[in-house]
Amino acid sequence: MSGVFSPTRAKISERTLRTDKWWLEPLITFAVLISFIIYATWRAFENAHYFVEPLISPFYSPCLGEVCVDGSTMLGTPFGTITVLGMIVSPALFILIFPLGFRMTCYYYRKAYYRSFWLSPPACAVAEPHEKYTGETRAPLIMQNAHRWFFYAGLVFNVLLTIDAVIAFKDHHGEWGHMSVGTLVLTLNATLLWLYSLSCHTCRHTIGGRLKHFSKHPVRYKLWTKISVLNHYHQQFAWVSLAGVWFADFYVRQVASGAWTNFYFF
Amino acid sequence: MTRKLNLRIWRGDSTDGGLKDVVVDVNEGEVVLDVIHRVQATQMGDLAVRWNCKAGKCGSCSMEINGKPRLACMTQVASFDEDETITVTPLRAFPIIKDLVTDVSFNYKKAMEIPAYEHPAELGPGEARMEQIDVERSQEFRKCIECFLCQNTCHVIRDHEENKKSFAGPRFFIRIAELDMHPLDRLKNRKRTAQEEHGLGMCNITKCCTEVCPEHIRITDNAIIPMKERVVDIKYDPARMFSGLLRREKRD
Repeated sequence: MSGVFSPTRAKISERTLRTDKWWLEPLITFAVLISFIIYATWRAFENAHYFVEPLISPFYSPCLGEVCVDGSTMLGTPFGTITVLGMIVSPALFILIFPLGFRMTCYYYRKAYYRSFWLSPPACAVAEPHEKYTGETRAPLIMQNAHRWFFYAGLVFNVLLTIDAVIAFKDHHGEWGHMSVGTLVLTLNATLLWLYSLSCHTCRHTIGGRLKHFSKHPVRYKLWTKISVLNHYHQQFAWVSLAGVWFADFYVRQVASGAWTNFYFF
Repeated sequence: MTRKLNLRIWRGDSTDGGLKDVVVDVNEGEVVLDVIHRVQATQMGDLAVRWNCKAGKCGSCSMEINGKPRLACMTQVASFDEDETITVTPLRAFPIIKDLVTDVSFNYKKAMEIPAYEHPAELGPGEARMEQIDVERSQEFRKCIECFLCQNTCHVIRDHEENKKSFAGPRFFIRIAELDMHPLDRLKNRKRTAQEEHGLGMCNITKCCTEVCPEHIRITDNAIIPMKERVVDIKYDPARMFSGLLRREKRD
C-alpha cells in the first residue's frame, strides 16, 4: 500500500473526499482531445479535399509530395512520391509531426493529457491509480525536454500558414484584393497559432526568462513582460488555436469537396 | 444568525482512526477553523488541531476540507451549501500524529537539502546592490507562508511515498528558482542539482500546487517551468550547451 493508503498516513479508505465534480474537466478534455485525434488521423490519411484555389488546409500546408494537387505546393515536392505497402503516403504525414510534437510537448497540454488520459493524477487530491511514478526523468517522457525544438519548427509553420492566409486574399482566378469567408478562417487560424506560440513557456524563457539580470537587458525584459501577459492565457490559446486549426481544415474540406460554397465579400 | 452545521471530523492517530459526525452551531461570517474550535470547546475537548494566526499568514491550519487541501482559517463556512456536510481531514501526504495534526518534518528536511545563497566573494557587507526589477521577480516566491498545501497535493509524493527521498516538492522548487534567478547568487550547478538531486524532472506539471496555493503564487508557470527550461539549457539542448562552452559559462 502506497500513497494516501500508506501505513503512516491517516486511515481513510476513500481515494478522495472531494464532493465537487472533479471528474468533469478531465472527462471533457479527454472527449475533445480524442475527437480531435480521430478527426486529424482520418484527415491526414484521407489525402483529398485539402486544396481549392486559393485555400489550403493547415493539415496539408506546406504540401511537399508529388501527389499534391496542382497549385498546392508552395515549397516544391522534396519528398517525391513515397509508397508503403503499395499505398501512396499522404503528404500530410510528412509535416504533421511538427505541430503534433509542439502540442504533445507543450507545458499546458502535458497537464491536460496527464490528467485526462493517464490519470496522473485525474484531479488535484484525487489518488492516481498507478503503483509507480517516475515523471519525466526517463524515456519516453524525457523527450518532453525537446519542446523548444518543436517550438522553433512551429514558428516556421506559423510563417507558412500566415502566407497561406495572405494568399487567401486572392480570388479563385488568382486575382488579388478579394476576401472570402475562407480568408477570414485562414487569417483567424494563423492569428490564433501565433498567439499560442508566442504565449508558450519556451518562448517566454527564450525571450528573457533565462536571464539572471533583467536590469542588464532592458529590451529583453520589456519583451519578457509582454510575453508573460500572453503566457497567462496560454491554456486558452491552446484550446482556441486547436479549435481554429480544426475548423480551418474542416472549412477547406467542405469547400474543396463542393459541399459548401466559399462566399466572397468582395 | 446562528444555524446548525453538520461536520465530519477525522479522529485518530497512526494506529487507527475514522470520520466522526458532529452537529455544531455556526454563526454568520465564520470560517471552518472557528467551527473546529467550537467543537473542541464544546464536544471534543481532546481534538488536536494546529493553528496560530487565524489570518492566512502562518500556514499552520492546513487541512483537507471536503477533500481539498485548504487553510481552515481562510475557508468560509458560507462557501458551502447550508445543508451540506463539511468533511475535515488531516493532510493526506504526511504521517498522521493525531486528529487533524500531521508530521510535516519531511518539508524541513528538504529545506535543509537546498543549497543556500552564495554571496559574491568580491562584495563585502553592505556593498551588494540590486535593481528593483531584479528584486521584483523573486518577491512572488517570498510570499510563501510554508503551509505545505502544495507539497500535500503534489501527487509525486502524495500518491508515491517512495518518491519522498528523491523529490523536494513544489515549495522547494520555488526556493531553488528564487535563488537561481538571483542576480548575485554565485553557486554553480544549481540547475543541475535541481534536476539530479531534488527531482525536478519528476514533476509532470499538472499544476495542482498552483491550484491550492493560498498566496496565489504561480508556482508552475513562474518557478517550475522556468527551472525546467533552465535545465534544458544545460542538459538537453546541444546548441545552448555548445554556446555555453564557447562563452565559458559567461554569466547573464
